[in-house]
Amino acid sequence: MPLPIEIVLFIFLLTTAVVIARLEDLFAAAMLTGIFSLLSAGLFTIMDAVDVAFTEAAVGAGVATVFILCTLSLTAKREYQQPTRILPFIVVGITGAALIYGTLDMPAYGDPDAVPHGHLSAKFIEIEEKAFLSQDKHAAEPAQHGSGEKAVGLPNIVTSILASYRGYDTFGETAVIFTATIGVMLLLRTRRREKKVSPPNRDQMETTS
Amino acid sequence: MRMREKIILRVVSKAFIPFIFLFALYIQFHGDFGPGGGFQAGVVFAAGIILYGVIFGLDTMRLAVPERLMEYGIVLGLILYGGVGIVSLISGANFLDYDVLNAHDPTHGQHLGILLVELGVGITVTCAMTTIFYALAGRGEK
Repeated sequence: MPLPIEIVLFIFLLTTAVVIARLEDLFAAAMLTGIFSLLSAGLFTIMDAVDVAFTEAAVGAGVATVFILCTLSLTAKREYQQPTRILPFIVVGITGAALIYGTLDMPAYGDPDAVPHGHLSAKFIEIEEKAFLSQDKHAAEPAQHGSGEKAVGLPNIVTSILASYRGYDTFGETAVIFTATIGVMLLLRTRRREKKVSPPNRDQMETTS
Repeated sequence: MRMREKIILRVVSKAFIPFIFLFALYIQFHGDFGPGGGFQAGVVFAAGIILYGVIFGLDTMRLAVPERLMEYGIVLGLILYGGVGIVSLISGANFLDYDVLNAHDPTHGQHLGILLVELGVGITVTCAMTTIFYALAGRGEK
């Protein structure tokens, strides 16, 4: 049974999505995408995914909105008017219906018997929990266990999994961010102007300081 | 940017930006114990820097956070992450096995390794976001 706050947030989320799709003023749409991300961040917090909520609030509501606004300042403020076409609407409708049909097979939210919870996560939690409990009793005992499994021994198990058990993956993700930024720089950056940084806006500096 | 007249925005954001940075550092270094970690801290830090740029203009931002420095930072973070892996490799363990980083206590080694690795992620993410902002906003300057 969903909490009332969840229902309210989902209704807001849905409304925002529909309004974004229908708006022609792109500036307003950009601001609404920020609100959409903020609502998602609220939902993630309720679902105890605080890490994801941080990211969504900072990237989705903050940085990405600024990026969209930057893009708008380079392109157009209003959507290009097109005659209403029926075929794209049908295609999108069928795709959406198929996606919703797909979710029917997914395990219920918070189901402890769901497949992802039964395999490795249970093992990680078991190892870390044992290490953590044994740390309290005998601090000197190394985090070593009968099964020969080594524990990381951090209080926050998410960090343990992310940075140690899954250290390779996280290294790969960092490399992806690196590569993506190089791509953006190659595509977007104007040639570096070689002028020595001209005394940047004297009057602006004065008001700043 | 006609931000010079927006006195409320300037004053409020000026008061808030230090706390955004402080919160980002908290997420970064408290990630072992509470929610958060390198990526989250990186984006929050970048959000603070970009807020500064939006409010005070690109030229002022370039003085505070040099563009070149940010570009080096993207590489530096990745090298820090990979460097930890290389160090553990040299110490005779597998790549990114932090147990060997502390000779006495593998748990402390894990702590140190995770701290450094998360720092690498944080640096890369902050600098990547800021560089993308520079690339996008820099185009609109002329």
